[in-house]
Amino acid sequence: MNRDHRPSYLEIRNLRVVFDRFVAVDGVDLRVDQGDLRFLIGPNGAGKTTTIDAVTALAPAQGSINHNGHELVGRKTHKIVRYGVGRTFQTASVFEDLTVVQNLDIAAGLRRRMRDMVRSRRGVSPRIQEVLEAIGLTDHQETKAGVLSHGQKQWLEIGMLIVQDATVLLLDEPVAGMSQDERDATGDLLAALAERHVVIVVEHDMEFLRKYAQSVTVMAAGKIVAEGTVAEVQASPLVQEIYLGAAGTKSLEEARVDAQLVGLDPDAVTADSAPEGAKN
Amino acid sequence: MSAAAPSTPSTSTTPTPAGTRTLPAVTEGAGVWTTGPRGALLGLGVGAILLLVVAPMTLSGFGLDLLGRYLCMAMVAVGIGLVWGRGGMLAMGQGVYFGLGAYIMAMHMTLADTTLEGESIPTFMRQNGVDRLPELWGIVQHPVVAVAAVVLVPTGVAGLLGWAIFSRRVKGAYFAILSQALAAAFAVLIIGQPVLTNGSNGLSNFHSLFGWDLSDSTNRTILFLVVAAVLLTMLAVTWQLYRSRFGELLVAVRDQEERVRFLGYDPALVKTVAYMIAALFAAIGGALFVPVVGIISPADIGVVPSIAFLIGVAIGGRATWLGPVLGSIAVSFAGTQLASVFPSFWVYFQGLLFILVIGFLPGGLASVTGFLRRRKTSETIEMEVTR
Repeated sequence: MNRDHRPSYLEIRNLRVVFDRFVAVDGVDLRVDQGDLRFLIGPNGAGKTTTIDAVTALAPAQGSINHNGHELVGRKTHKIVRYGVGRTFQTASVFEDLTVVQNLDIAAGLRRRMRDMVRSRRGVSPRIQEVLEAIGLTDHQETKAGVLSHGQKQWLEIGMLIVQDATVLLLDEPVAGMSQDERDATGDLLAALAERHVVIVVEHDMEFLRKYAQSVTVMAAGKIVAEGTVAEVQASPLVQEIYLGAAGTKSLEEARVDAQLVGLDPDAVTADSAPEGAKN
Repeated sequence: MSAAAPSTPSTSTTPTPAGTRTLPAVTEGAGVWTTGPRGALLGLGVGAILLLVVAPMTLSGFGLDLLGRYLCMAMVAVGIGLVWGRGGMLAMGQGVYFGLGAYIMAMHMTLADTTLEGESIPTFMRQNGVDRLPELWGIVQHPVVAVAAVVLVPTGVAGLLGWAIFSRRVKGAYFAILSQALAAAFAVLIIGQPVLTNGSNGLSNFHSLFGWDLSDSTNRTILFLVVAAVLLTMLAVTWQLYRSRFGELLVAVRDQEERVRFLGYDPALVKTVAYMIAALFAAIGGALFVPVVGIISPADIGVVPSIAFLIGVAIGGRATWLGPVLGSIAVSFAGTQLASVFPSFWVYFQGLLFILVIGFLPGGLASVTGFLRRRKTSETIEMEVTR
C-alpha cells in the first residue's frame, strides 16, 4: 500500500536490457498489482534475474518501469529503493558481523532523521519486534547474522524488506536450498505479504510454485511467452515447447529435468520427436 | 515517521517459521564490537588520570612535550581507526589534513609573532623579496578565523575529495593509492611555494600562541593539558559514534557496500561523512602539533609520515575503540627510543612491523584476546553440537 492508500503496482513497459550486443531482455511488458503473488519462471538465461536487475538499476534498462506513478528507469539504485522497491538476491546477503536486530535496524533506518543517526539504538522497536516474530527469528535477535542457517538468512532478508517499508518485493529464488518445512513457512509468509505488497518471485522450484503462485509469467530468451494461472501456463503449447522442445539446444537429461520442473512428463522428451510431440 | 506502517504483516495472519531449525545462540562478547558505557567511562577515566594528573606531575618539561607530540599524532590515528577500521577505507594520505591544520595554525602563529615584533611581514618572506603580505596569509591573521579555518578547510577539502572519490565507487587499493598520491602532491605543492610556505624548511620558531608565551613552563603544561583533553574528547566522540546507528551503518558499508545501496542509503555519503570526521581529527592534531613541537615542514606531512600514521593503528587494532590511539602512542614512543639508538634502522623496523601485523594479525594486538575468547566459544559450540 502506498501513502495514498491506493493499491501498489509495478508496471514494466517495453523493457530492453542490452549488454554490448547481447539482448538479455527484449521488449518485456509486465504488470503486477498488490494482492497478486506473481512467479517469474523460465529456463536458465531467460532474463528473469536480469529483469529484476533492470528494475533495481543493476542492469542498464531501456523502456519504462513505473511504480505507483514513479518512473524508475534512469534512477540510481538507492533512489529506487526509496520509492519502495526492495529485493533479495540468490545468495542471501545479510550483514554477517551484525546481529539480527542490527540488520533489521539498519534496514528500518531509511527515513531516520540526522539526530537519530548519531544516537545509539535503545531496545527493540515494536515494529521490529513484530517483524522478528513474523520471520520467526525472535529467539535469535541477538545472534550474529553470519551464523544463521541459510533459510533463516533468507527470512532475515525478507524481514529487512518489510521494515524498510518496501511496497514492491522482488525475491530471487527465496526457497533455494531450504528444507520442506522451511519452504512451507516461506510460502505462507509470502502469501501473507502479497496482500499488502507487490510480490514478484523468481523461482525454479515448480512444486513450490504450484502451491503458492497466484499467477505466473513465463520468460524465455528475453521475452515473455505466457502469463496466467498455474493451470493456464502449464496448458500453454508455447511453454510446453520451450520446456520440452529444447532437446536440440541442450542435453536430453537437462530438457527432461526442465520438463519435470514445470510438471510435464519427462518421458515425453525424446531426442528426435520432442518439439512435435510436445505440441500435440 | 513514514505513513506506510500498515505494510507490516499482522502477526495473526502470518505464520511463524520459528522452530523449524535451531542453532546454538552464539552471542559474542560485546567488547569485540563496542565497549559498554561502564567500560568506556573506565577507559576514559584511566586515560584522564594518566594524562591530566600523573603525566604533568611526573614528567619533565621535555618529557611532557614529547608526550604531547605523541598525543597529536594519536589524534590522526583515531580518525584513521574510524575510516579504515570501521569504514574499510585505507586512508594513506591523512598527512594532507594533518598538514592543512598544521600550516593554517603555523601561518597564524608566525603572523602573530611578526606583529609582536613590530614587523609587517614574516622574516622568511622578506628574505624571499616579498614586501606585501599575501592575501592567503591575511585571512588567518585573526585567531577566531584561524581556528575556524583549521576546522572548516580540511573538512571541506575532505568532503569534496571524498564525495568525488566515493561517488565514483573508487575503493580498496585504488582509494589507498589515490589518497597516498594526494599526500605526495600536497607535499610537493608546499615545497614548490617557498614564498608562501617557506618551502621545505617549513615554519618554525614560534614564540606565542594566542598571546600566551610558549617558552613559559606553566603555559606549556596548560598546552599539554589542552592537547590531552582534546584527545580524550575525540575518544569520547568516537565511542559514541561507534555505537550509534551511523557506526553500525559504516560497518555495514565496509562489509557489504552493494547491499547497503539496496537498503536505500547512498554508501558514498556514509563514507564521505566518515572521511570528513577523520580529516577533522587529523587537522586538529596538526594544529596542536605546531605549538607543541614548534615546527611544521613538508617532511611531517608527506607520504612517509602519512604511512607512519597507519602503523600504530594497524598494530593497536584498527577496528577497536582504543586500539588505534594506544598503538599510535606506543609506536611513537618506540620510535623515539629506537631512533636514538639505531637512527637508520628504525624506518626498516617500522616497515617490517607493519607487514607482520597486516599479514599475520590483521585485527592488531587488540584482537589477541578476542581471538582467544572466540576459540573458547567455538569449542563450546562444537561440544553442544556433538552432544
